Amino acid sequence: MKVIKVLLIIGLIAAAFLKLGPVLAAENNFTAEKIIAKSRLAFYYTGKDMKAKVFMELINKGGRKRIRDLVMLRKNEQKGGNQKYFMYFYKPADVRGITFMVYKYPDRDDDRWLFIPAINLVKRIAANDKYSSFVGSDFTYEDISGRKPTEDTHTLLRQEKLNGKESFVIESIPKKTSVYTKRISWIDKKTYLPLKEEFYDKQNELYRVFEALVIKDIDGFPTVTGRVMRNVKTGHRTEVTLRAVQYNLGIEDNLFSERYLRRPPLKWIR
Amino acid sequence: MDKVNSEDRSQKTEVRKISYLLSLIFLLLSVFCLLPSAFAGELSLQGFFQTDYSLRFSDNNPPQAKKGNLLWGEERVELKGSFYPPKSKIGAFIKSDFYHDWVETEFKADLREGYLDFTGDKFALRMGRQIITWGVGDLLFINDVFPKDWQAFYSGRPLEYLKIGVDSLKVEVYSDLVSIEAVAIPFFEPDALPSPGRFHSFDPYPAVTNRATGKPGSTFHNTEYALRLYRYIGDFDVSVYAYKGFFRTPGMKADNFNSPSTISYFYPKLVVYGMSAQKSALGGVVSAEYGYYDSRDDREGSNPGIDNSQSKFLIGYQKAFPGDFTLGLQYYGELMYEYRQYEDNLPSAFGKRQQLHQYLALRLTKLLKYQTLKLSLFSLYSPDAEDFLLMPEVSYNFTDNLQAMLGVNIFGGSNPNTALGQHKKDDNVQVTVRYSF
Repeated sequence: MKVIKVLLIIGLIAAAFLKLGPVLAAENNFTAEKIIAKSRLAFYYTGKDMKAKVFMELINKGGRKRIRDLVMLRKNEQKGGNQKYFMYFYKPADVRGITFMVYKYPDRDDDRWLFIPAINLVKRIAANDKYSSFVGSDFTYEDISGRKPTEDTHTLLRQEKLNGKESFVIESIPKKTSVYTKRISWIDKKTYLPLKEEFYDKQNELYRVFEALVIKDIDGFPTVTGRVMRNVKTGHRTEVTLRAVQYNLGIEDNLFSERYLRRPPLKWIR
Repeated sequence: MDKVNSEDRSQKTEVRKISYLLSLIFLLLSVFCLLPSAFAGELSLQGFFQTDYSLRFSDNNPPQAKKGNLLWGEERVELKGSFYPPKSKIGAFIKSDFYHDWVETEFKADLREGYLDFTGDKFALRMGRQIITWGVGDLLFINDVFPKDWQAFYSGRPLEYLKIGVDSLKVEVYSDLVSIEAVAIPFFEPDALPSPGRFHSFDPYPAVTNRATGKPGSTFHNTEYALRLYRYIGDFDVSVYAYKGFFRTPGMKADNFNSPSTISYFYPKLVVYGMSAQKSALGGVVSAEYGYYDSRDDREGSNPGIDNSQSKFLIGYQKAFPGDFTLGLQYYGELMYEYRQYEDNLPSAFGKRQQLHQYLALRLTKLLKYQTLKLSLFSLYSPDAEDFLLMPEVSYNFTDNLQAMLGVNIFGGSNPNTALGQHKKDDNVQVTVRYSF
């Protein structure tokens, strides 16, 4: 009788665990996805619009530097939704005057246009590979403009201090094939900005590491103004500095058009 | 023939010299007018040094070849200056090349572009020499009716030299409904075709030495007009085009097409209506373009010296793959009207074209080593003319400023009288080194 009671209790507990296990995991996933979603808004959708001077240094293993100097304008159609980007390149010398425009859609491929001043040509370019490198740097197009939280399964691994900042540590596994198989993010509990991200490749080895180096408060928006993406496998890295960051400037929607691709708006690009 | 050519050239140089001077004067004037604000304004000076050599593989040189295997050889400097003061509606841009040509053995100046800009809220004006590129084809042009330098292209020179600036006035009007580009070109500029001093070319009447070329004079009546209306609508980039002017490759007049004693070249009247559309679709970008070429001097199609009216159309597809690899495919067709008339009047010396002349184009591009190394292939093949062009190229950026390119152009064809087949002895290799500043 006693044995049956004990077995029954064990059975009940086991059943409870079996049932509860997924519930706990689901709750964890839910929390983790919410954190990632909030982080995406804080990092990629700050303000209604934004202007920044972007200075990129592409540095190879031997320390040789290449420069990408551009002005970037961004406008949100709706928070978490469609966005428009406009870029004007100052350096290197052979790309000066090139403008680049992106209509970013979270649910489908972007629309991208490039203007080549040497022949006064506006060219629409295929944008179906979001993992291709942005201007030869360690950042991909997706790193520049964000990824939909529902594309990955997120798990809150732990909470810990990173460089003195309380952070959530979240593992994200892509649901579909991606260039990486796993991403670990350290998200600042206060600002929800990503402090660090690790990307693992198909061999499940660490290959890229993102770090937020400088965070400044700009018009009340915490902004990552210094960042680096390191490829630990090739030894190549890209350091990015944002200068003259401004939010909510009232950038008109019609700026993101062929007219301004061909004739860059001086008011905005300087 | 040489005499006529050189006369033609000197006349052309004269016109270009004059417009060069005018543009310089404009630029200087604008700088002086705006000098008070110049301190705050943005004055920029840039350019590059470049060496570019193109050699024919084969020693089978054309009879008039000036420097044997050398198709192109140059040392060049390009200077670009722009002046766009803040809060001013006026700005100016100038881009001029100075180079040494090893084939003609001379030093030359070439004003690539030089114009004044006036920008308003809803319109803009651009006056002077400017390069204009229209249409959605990749190296296949239908509604881009502006002059091109095919010799530069066939010699494998950097792609920007395929386009020639036109001395013109362009008005742009912007509105939410539709935006407009309207161009008036008072000075006719033909395409630059492969010259007998550098390339093999098909000549139906090699025995005829008595030849002349006449260009449309710069009269009010001969002014060319080009119009483009465009807007972004439902994810489509849509453009509608119209052009009134002249063919940029010459037609031929002869006293007798069967056995002529004199030949003259001229530029027949042309009117073009067209449209293009482009959209992200099928996991890439899809393009389509159409143009109706109305051959005003030979609508009935009976004159063998003038192209008949045609419909030209293309469909293109471009897709990116992981690892910085891009694929481009195009189908292009030219459908000739009054084909019966064409057949009936075709002189025996001419190559016969099919009523539907087609090209298939393929472009492959692969970027490596953080996009410093670029491998590319462009190829054209015509199933009806049975000719082709293959252009593989490698380019490498040693630094942000120093770039080198190595390319090969291979022509082929079963007949020496087709567009690409006539150059089949002109397969060439090119080396270009450029330092940008």
